[in-house]
Amino acid sequence: MAHHAHHHPHSHDHPHSHGHDHEHPHTHDHDHSHAPADATAGANRRQLQVGRAILDQNDRLAERNRGYFRARNLFVLNVVSSPGSGKTAFLRETLIRLKGRLRAGVIVGDLATENDGLRLRESGAPVVQITTGTVCHLDAGMIGRAVAELPSRDLDLLIIENVGNLVCPSSYDLGEDLRVVLLSVTEGEDKPLKYPPIFQSAGAVVVSKMDLAGPCAFDRSTALKNISLSAPRATVFEVSSRTGLGMEGWISYLEEQHRAARSTPPLG
Amino acid sequence: MSIMEATLEVAAGQARKAGADRICVVTLRIGSLSGVVPDALRFAFDALSPGTPAGGAELRIETVPASFWCSACQARFQADNLLAVCPSCQSLSRELLGGRELELTSLEVE
Repeated sequence: MAHHAHHHPHSHDHPHSHGHDHEHPHTHDHDHSHAPADATAGANRRQLQVGRAILDQNDRLAERNRGYFRARNLFVLNVVSSPGSGKTAFLRETLIRLKGRLRAGVIVGDLATENDGLRLRESGAPVVQITTGTVCHLDAGMIGRAVAELPSRDLDLLIIENVGNLVCPSSYDLGEDLRVVLLSVTEGEDKPLKYPPIFQSAGAVVVSKMDLAGPCAFDRSTALKNISLSAPRATVFEVSSRTGLGMEGWISYLEEQHRAARSTPPLG
Repeated sequence: MSIMEATLEVAAGQARKAGADRICVVTLRIGSLSGVVPDALRFAFDALSPGTPAGGAELRIETVPASFWCSACQARFQADNLLAVCPSCQSLSRELLGGRELELTSLEVE
């Protein structure tokens, strides 16, 4: 387009300038000089059919991660939520309850600070913290590098705590087995309707802070209906990290999923 | 922003491979369940494309509606509200057919 804009004003100037008109008495000439310029642009200009996923590179690295996880019998969760939904408290409680059942490691992503990593380390599980700076999601490359810092051969479960954000992480496959979307009762019942892309990709949805459901006047049936509408494939858990409500169901689900995923022999 | 960075990288690579100096038009296909908003892409394109082979290029975005398979009706339906409810029988679909696309479809180069 810019190329066209360049040529047009130029050739239009020609017929309007008197001096030029005198030098080129044949109006024909003008047409000629006009045509070749455009024809050249047209001849060089061509269509390239690309048809490639924009996140091709990420998808390839995610596949590589998947192979790495599979070879180590590692079941992998990608946990996504808004900031402040109680993700870290929930995961800390998950890690404590997993002791003696599944050996878990964690990769935690945050824009800044290592606070979440420190809180999760209190559980005794190995934790790698990624600080992403301005990047609002984790990508497969970051996971590939971070997992090398974990004793992955001694682990059954890898929990990836994504950056607090319900938008950007939905586009990035990390090579996980299960995408978990967490939302707290304080966020309102219509959150699933506001962020369909991330909910659509969820394998499990965890409703957290259930101990606050009363004080927040949380409309449980509307919330569950909205979750089923936007996350039709997800298994839903209602939990409270503080009181332990629903945690046992969640932990046995993880054990089941781990068993099911790893009893299928590796491909190829 | 990261999505646009990736787009510009793929576009520049393709143009280079084709021996082109400049990209005039970039055409994308973006699914309405992709999690990416066309306006945000346009904003990022204006911010990031100057100085790349796609600087000054036109960005065309084709959006792909969300569509699901209804097993009760044995039919495909389009969901403009992005929810998996069949408009004919109100049953829930667990099968997403389209709408997560994030694709660089074509380039016009010179």
